[in-house]
Parts: sequence; C-alpha cells; structure tokens
Amino acid sequence: MTVAQIVSWLVSAISFGTVIMYGCIGETIDQKAGGLNLGVPGVMQIGGIAALVSAFLYEYNVSSPNPFVALLLCLVSTLIASALAGLLYSFLTVTLKVNQNVTGLTLTIFGTGIANFFGGNMMKLSGGVGTIFVATTSNAFRAKLPILSNSHAPISMILFSHGWMVYLALILAFVAQYFLNHTRTGLNLRSVGENPATADAAGINVTRYKYLASIVGCMICGLGGLFYVMDYIKGTWANDSAIEALGWLAVSLVIFTSWKPKNATWGAYLFGLFYWAYVYIPADISRYLANKMNLQKITYMQNLYKMLPYILTIIVLCFVSHRKRRENQAPASLGQSYFREER
Amino acid sequence: MEKTKRDPLFHVSKKDEPGFLAKTVTLLIAVFCALLVSALFIYFVTGLDPISVYISMFKGAFGTTRRTWITVRDTCLLLLISVSLAPAFRMRFWNCGAEGQILMGGLSTAALMIYCGEKIPTGLLLLIMLVTSALCGALWSFLPAYFKAKYDTNETLFTLMMNYVAIQLIEFFVDVWDKKQSHSVGIINMNTMGGWFPKILGQQYILNVLIVAVITVFVYIYMHYSKHGYENAVVGESVATARYAGINVPKVIRNNVLLSGAIAGIAGFVEVAGISHTISKETAGGRGFTAIIVCWLAKFNPLSMILISLFLVFLDKGASQIASDFGLNTFASNIITGIMLFFILSCEFFNNYRISFNRNRKEGE
Repeated sequence: MTVAQIVSWLVSAISFGTVIMYGCIGETIDQKAGGLNLGVPGVMQIGGIAALVSAFLYEYNVSSPNPFVALLLCLVSTLIASALAGLLYSFLTVTLKVNQNVTGLTLTIFGTGIANFFGGNMMKLSGGVGTIFVATTSNAFRAKLPILSNSHAPISMILFSHGWMVYLALILAFVAQYFLNHTRTGLNLRSVGENPATADAAGINVTRYKYLASIVGCMICGLGGLFYVMDYIKGTWANDSAIEALGWLAVSLVIFTSWKPKNATWGAYLFGLFYWAYVYIPADISRYLANKMNLQKITYMQNLYKMLPYILTIIVLCFVSHRKRRENQAPASLGQSYFREER
Repeated sequence: MEKTKRDPLFHVSKKDEPGFLAKTVTLLIAVFCALLVSALFIYFVTGLDPISVYISMFKGAFGTTRRTWITVRDTCLLLLISVSLAPAFRMRFWNCGAEGQILMGGLSTAALMIYCGEKIPTGLLLLIMLVTSALCGALWSFLPAYFKAKYDTNETLFTLMMNYVAIQLIEFFVDVWDKKQSHSVGIINMNTMGGWFPKILGQQYILNVLIVAVITVFVYIYMHYSKHGYENAVVGESVATARYAGINVPKVIRNNVLLSGAIAGIAGFVEVAGISHTISKETAGGRGFTAIIVCWLAKFNPLSMILISLFLVFLDKGASQIASDFGLNTFASNIITGIMLFFILSCEFFNNYRISFNRNRKEGE
C-alpha cells in the first residue's frame, strides 16, 4: 500500500467517522437521561433533508447566493427540524409513556419517509427536473482551514483537509464529556437516567431533563445528517438509505464508547477505517480469495469486505457484555418510562 | 423570595384497562386524527384535494380484483413476519433482525431455485425450500439468541447488525448469479417456473395465504396452549419468577428466538418463491421493522395482527397509488404510515391513564 493510499483511507475514515460521531454524542446525551432513542437514523435524515431543502430554496431563488447566509440558514433549519423530532419523541415517550423502542423505530420510518420524499421530489415539486444539487452551500461547508491545508505533506492532508464540521464534532465530544461529568446539570441529567425516582425526590424536574436531553441529543444527531448531506456526499441527495446504516452504527458506537463521548473521538474514526477498508484492501488478497472461491471478478469480494464494520460492531457488543465492567454499564433506567405514582 | 407555586393544570393517574368498545372508540379517534394530519400534509405539499387523494388510495388498494389480491398477498406476508416476532417479543427480546432473517430465507430459496429449479419436481422442491429457509432464518437468529441468553448482550443492536451482514451477503450472491453484469438477478426460472408457487384454483396467491394461515394458527396454539409457550410467557413477565419456578431461562430464550428466526426465514421463502421470484437487498423492504410495530400494537393477538397488517398494507398501497398518480416517489407511504403509527401508539396512554383537570385551580396562590 502506498502512502497516498493510506492518507486517502484515513481521510475518508475521518469524514465517515464524523457523521457517526455526531450521532453518537447526541444519542449518549439522550441515553444518559434514560431515553433509548432508536430514531437516530430518522433524526439524522430529517436534519440532513432540512438543510438540503432550505439551501435548495435559497440557492434557486436568489441570483447570487451568499455562502455565509446559506450556511447559517442550513444550520438553523437543521437544528429546528431535529429539535422538533426530539420533541415528538419525548412527548410520546415521556408524557404519553409509549414504549421507547417502538417510538424510535416509528421515528426512523417517518424520518426515512420525509427525507427521501423531499430529497426525491423537491425538484419536481418546484417545477424542475433532475436531482437537487447545492454547490454554493456545500462549498461553504467544505471550506478548509486557510494556510494549514495548503501543504500536501501526508500529515497535514490527514489533519487539515476537512471541512470545519469535522473539528466541530471533536470539540462537541469533549464539551459533552465535560458537561456530563463535571457540571451540576450534567450530574442531574445522569441521576435522571440512573434512577428517576430518586432524582425526583431530590427535587430534580425529571420530565424537563428528559425532554431537554432528547431535544438537544436529537439536535446533535441532526448535525450529523447535515454533515452527511453537505460534506460527505457533497450537497446532493441519494435515495439509497445509506445514511440509515450510519444511524444504526452511531447507536452501536454509544455502547462501544461505554457512554463516554470522549471515546467517540477515536471510536468513530476506527469504524470509519473499517467501513472504507473494502476500497483499500490490497488487490493481491482479493485476487487470491476470488480464485479460491472461483469468482468471475475480484470486485465481487468488496461485497464481503463491506461486512467489516458490522462484524466489528457485533464483536464489540459481545465483548462488552462479556466483560461487564461496572463503570462501563448503561444507565440503569435506560429504556424505561417514569411515572411518579408507580414508585 | 420564594417562588409562588401553582396547582398544575391537570393531573394524570392510572386507571383500569377499559373495555373493548372504549378501546375501539379511542382507536378510531386516533385514526381519524392521523388521517386529518396526513390530509393537511398532502394538501400543503402537493396542493391536491385530500378527499380525492383518499379515494385514489382506496382504488390503489382495492380498485381491481388484481389489486385486491396483491393487498391480500402483502397483508399475509406482513402478518407472517409479525407472527414470527411474537415468540421473541413476549420474552422482551427485541428482534430487530427480521429483515436479515427474511433475506437469508430468501437467499436459500433463490439458491435452490437457481441450482435445482429444473432438476427437482416443484412439489418436492417447495418442501425442501421451506425447510432450508426456516433453517437459514434460525441460523441468522442463533448468534444474537446465544449471546443474549449467555451474556445478556444487547439484542436490538446485534440483530440490526446481522441485517447488514445479510444484506452484504445478498449483494455478493447477486453479483455471482448475475449473468448480464447488471447487478441484478432478474426473474429466476422465468420460462420453466421451477420452484414457483403453483396456481391453485386459478389464483396465484392461494398457497401464500394457506402457508401463512397454518403458521399463524400453529404459533397461536404454541403460545397459548403449550408448555413451551407458557414458559415463554413466564420469562416475559419476570425472569426471576421463571428462575424460581425452575425454568431454564437461557434455553427458553434460545429456543423461542430460534423459532422466531425460522418463521421469518419462511417469510423470505414465501416472498421469493411465491411473490417476487427474484432476490435483491430490497427483498425484505423494511417489513421487518413495520412488523415490530404491528406485533407491539396487536399485543400478540392474531386477529388484531391481521387487522393492523391489512391497515398498514392498505396505507402503503394507497400511498404508492398517489405517488404514481401524481408522479411522486413512493416514500410518501412511509410518511403517512409514520403519522398513523404515532397516533395509534398514543392510544395506549389514553387506555391506561386518566387525565383529570383541576377545576378549582387558583392562579399564583
């Protein structure tokens, strides 16, 4: 493998990892308050499509779109849309006490519908043909750091050739880590997730914490969708539900990181390396395996390589549950709704 | 200064489970509200008259004899998948892997159709396919079941990941079997119809209905009238009780999840040999997830499962009809299904809790 290949592998791994890092941070905050949100894939898609539609409407109605305005517009609409999704989820699970798994899965079905409906039909609904493409906005999201990204040395390619949201994700991960473990609000939030009845008795407003954790968590997940649409697939839409798989990987990453956002910073990139491995596995290995299996083409092997991130996840899940370290466990009330009179 | 306290506007308390009539009324109100919200969505996005859209939906599902049969066929398939989930769900084992289990059942069926379709007589081949698809489905649920039983590994994510492994396996075989380099298997045995479900009484889908009916009855009897079904129910109610009663909990979990996977595998067989006669990663088409919600809503009651499956398939067919009538893509059906489910899920709250408004509420006392 050449240096250039290793560099491009790492670059794509970081780009991929960023999507699921956002999802993982958001889901961790939600889970720490006891909400097991399986709607992450749906929320990511809602966040992504909100940005894409607003950017599309802006770029097609203004003759010379301003990148900064487009960027701001996308951020605001993503945050609002995914906050609404979080509100819906917490209204159903906290106020109406509907089962969290079922609500989350429904949210994923709904989010997939919303996103692919608008992603596929936006052009037609506004009287055009073809697929959406928002060049100006996407470029604004993929703007690189000045000076630092000019060099073509491998190390600077790996570290500095990304859009700004990659760095935002890293900052968010550490902020979330600090918030959960070193602030009063974070402590209250964790106590709601561990034992809502005790938290309630201590005067913590359980309902408010659960609502806010879901809403803020979903907003962060939504940013993952925004990054996916604007940076990862460069400002367009693909009806291939690839983002759904990323959403599930983000939920698994929460277990992998044992509910510590700081671990997401490297865990997400590791998943990225495995996800993109199929492109970079040396051709000799593929040729050897393909010959062994009597395949017509060596590219067929890629289908099998693409299993790697999922197999990795399975191994991690088994390993984590096998070890059962006390400090690495899920919040005690995860997945359960709280009703004061049932104590 | 101390904050002034107010009485809350309303108060929530538990109540007894209401009767059948009250529940039905709640459900109907929820469905009506959902239709209203969907109508608003349809109107604001497409500018179409919602009433004519709903008429168009009805025509899409029941407009012609052929369409009615397709609705029946798809209802049966969704019902079968929901039934497959029931034994796992009653133990609180969240089998989100029906998609993968269906795909594996479908894959084994497709393989047999391709390699033996012209060599073995159809009747015998169908029997072999039934058995292998059940085995493949069970195989795909074995690992999550084993690890759940032994180490309490998170089954939701484990089964989800198994779905993606299955999808890649399908993609691999699609490439291997594809003769035209188009990344699609095409209709298998188009001319010989080897391994296809035969027509019975001139109807194409009678066998689908029969298989689903038999399995549904079997699972119902198993769950309600057998010793194993009873053990399953006890484990679902309380693992501690089950252990105290001397039930081998890991074994019960393992066996029931294997049964669940086997039936989902058979659903893959019905889909491939009885409906599509091809295999792709879209073969399961999200039904594994919809079935989770069907199973949950129906509370394992087979009659409710039939009605809910029929209703969801109706929405799906209807929304596809709108999509093709008005040139939009079929994801409108996911949106309408989502809205409908949100409302129906909320019903449970109004069945289990009472809201009492505080009449003598004093502001800022």
